[in-house]
Amino acid sequence: MGEDFLLIILTFDATIRVSVPLILAALAGLIVERSGVIDIGLEGKMLAAAFAAAAAAYATNSAWLGLGAGIVASVLLALLHGFACITHRGNQIVSGVAINILVSGLTVLLGISWFSLGGQTPPLTGDARFKSLTFPGAEAVRDIPVLGPIYSELLSGHNILVYLAFLTVPMVWWLVYRTRFGLRLRATGENPAAVDTAGISVIRMRYLALILCGILCGIAGSYFSTGHGAGFLREMTAGKGFIALAAMIFGKWRPVPVLFACLLFGFLDAIAIRLQGVELPLIGEMPVQFIQALPYILTVVLLAGFIGRAIAPKASGVPYVKEH
Amino acid sequence: MADPSSKLPTWVDVGLLPLINVALAFVVSGLLIAALGQDPFEATWIMLRGAFGYEESLGYTFYYTTNFIFTGLAVAVAFHAGLFNIGGEGQAYIGGLGVAIACLALDQYLPFGLLLPICILAAALFGAGWAFIPAYLLAKRGSHVVITTIMFNFIAASLMVYLLVNVMIKPGQMSPESREFTSNAWLPYMHEVLGWFGWEVAQSPLNLSLLWALVCCVLVWGLIWHTRWGYEIRAVGANADAAVYAGISPSKIIILAMCLSGALSGFVGINEIMGVQHRLLLDFAAGYGFTGIAVSLMGRNHPVGIILAALLFGALYQGGAELAFENSAFSPDLIVVIQGLVVLFSGALSYMLRGPMERLYLRLSPGRLVEG
Repeated sequence: MGEDFLLIILTFDATIRVSVPLILAALAGLIVERSGVIDIGLEGKMLAAAFAAAAAAYATNSAWLGLGAGIVASVLLALLHGFACITHRGNQIVSGVAINILVSGLTVLLGISWFSLGGQTPPLTGDARFKSLTFPGAEAVRDIPVLGPIYSELLSGHNILVYLAFLTVPMVWWLVYRTRFGLRLRATGENPAAVDTAGISVIRMRYLALILCGILCGIAGSYFSTGHGAGFLREMTAGKGFIALAAMIFGKWRPVPVLFACLLFGFLDAIAIRLQGVELPLIGEMPVQFIQALPYILTVVLLAGFIGRAIAPKASGVPYVKEH
Repeated sequence: MADPSSKLPTWVDVGLLPLINVALAFVVSGLLIAALGQDPFEATWIMLRGAFGYEESLGYTFYYTTNFIFTGLAVAVAFHAGLFNIGGEGQAYIGGLGVAIACLALDQYLPFGLLLPICILAAALFGAGWAFIPAYLLAKRGSHVVITTIMFNFIAASLMVYLLVNVMIKPGQMSPESREFTSNAWLPYMHEVLGWFGWEVAQSPLNLSLLWALVCCVLVWGLIWHTRWGYEIRAVGANADAAVYAGISPSKIIILAMCLSGALSGFVGINEIMGVQHRLLLDFAAGYGFTGIAVSLMGRNHPVGIILAALLFGALYQGGAELAFENSAFSPDLIVVIQGLVVLFSGALSYMLRGPMERLYLRLSPGRLVEG
């Protein structure tokens, strides 16, 4: 039992690690979509942040400065998205696609130009990475059955961005549902004309939402290169921005369900490798590609309305034109 | 296609503004190259020479152009119905699967003349089939087509890995590729065809698919502007609610437009699988589907514009590869950056210059402004 239990704990531990960027990016998507802006550029913002964070952390030997650079890069892209589709009322999907393509090329191009390592940054060591935090007494309780491993393996031993990501969930919940800003945010996404009538600037609300989105994506991206990994690799976000988008829809644009969707998708990611070649009871051997595709399949099934109904904020994707 | 809300004359709206937007994208690209410490004019010169300078490079340019025509048309057809088909990537991939299945099943029995129409049909059916599910879900259940087509790109990628690793792999081989088709399933290369007529040109991957791409341009042009279906597609794209009053069923048109779009994407499989690779392999469609978005935006969703934009991107791909070969400071990723900038300026920021342009036009030719 001991072996199996430890295996389960380690799987959950891996789930937490891979869920972190999903949670941050999905919450980022939630905030902008609640304001009425669709952002399929989560992926691009994370990738840019991952690169900027790794480059800055390498140059300054400080993970925190790296994080700052990652956030700046991501917020700038968010503002570009706003400039295109809020100020100039361009197509929000096209703008997101543009940002994704641009970043995908730019990170590698700059990487080669600055570091000459085929698009990677040099490996980060020491203070250039976020270190694992060990909770007090984690070593002492390790041998206590059940609770020991849960405390020392599952809860303790992650870097600070992991705890920050989980803390972001109640923070976003509070922001969206319990503050004046949140009320205005939700109203902007549902009925911008009414918000405008109340004397609140729709454009300002949407820009603010995009800045918040940029900050969260910046943290998520920095996690890839300075927390989870040790340096930037080309395309290192590997479609996680789209999984986050799926998780946001799966959680129906609400913070707590979004958290669980991210954990579910993270769990699928974590067990996909472990289940390779394993005979499961009843089902038989499960192709690893099927498990990898499961988040996307589930999201399509949800969007089709077979598991409840996923209803997006009413005004999302529609540029706001003020009446004269 | 002129924007009815525009106050500008058509030649400014359709010709000048898009050109300025593309030019802006290239100016920013040039500034970026300069910021990297390289000479943008020299880079442009190397790219132009690399794309058009000699026979072989011209062949490569046209070969890339072929793919971009298919995916550009695909995006355009969906655009006319007011839909954003971002799933060209997956539809092209699955279209290639259809071609490969047809070739692997029949190449020992049928001559080329019978195989070709079957393969074209297979590419169209598989591509259309992959677009059908998102289309159906949008038409009948209101699922957001952008999100579902993105999801279907990833599902296609997983499916293809599974099929190639577990099912279609040639036995006794390590790399996930199918067996090579017998040569009667190979689409003739252009250098072979021209050779039959006594015109010797350098070898390149360019094959007869280019002709099919041009035929598709004519077909799409005819369909969109000269048939009832095309009219209904444009009507739904302009105003789905109003189209209902004209007796048009938007859900039927949504499915029709998406399936046509998927079929066009699927033809990438003809060029890649039947024309060049002669076997099924991983990631042969990588990037072409997304570039189709840029091509369609730049070409203003019109076949003529799409041919020109596809040629530009074909030249960029080939010229960019040449540039990366000559100067190690550049990687082929420069092309990806330029592509992103084109999508940004031609697509997302396409309205940015319209206001200033209208004011400028008004000042230059007072009284000639079209009443909007």
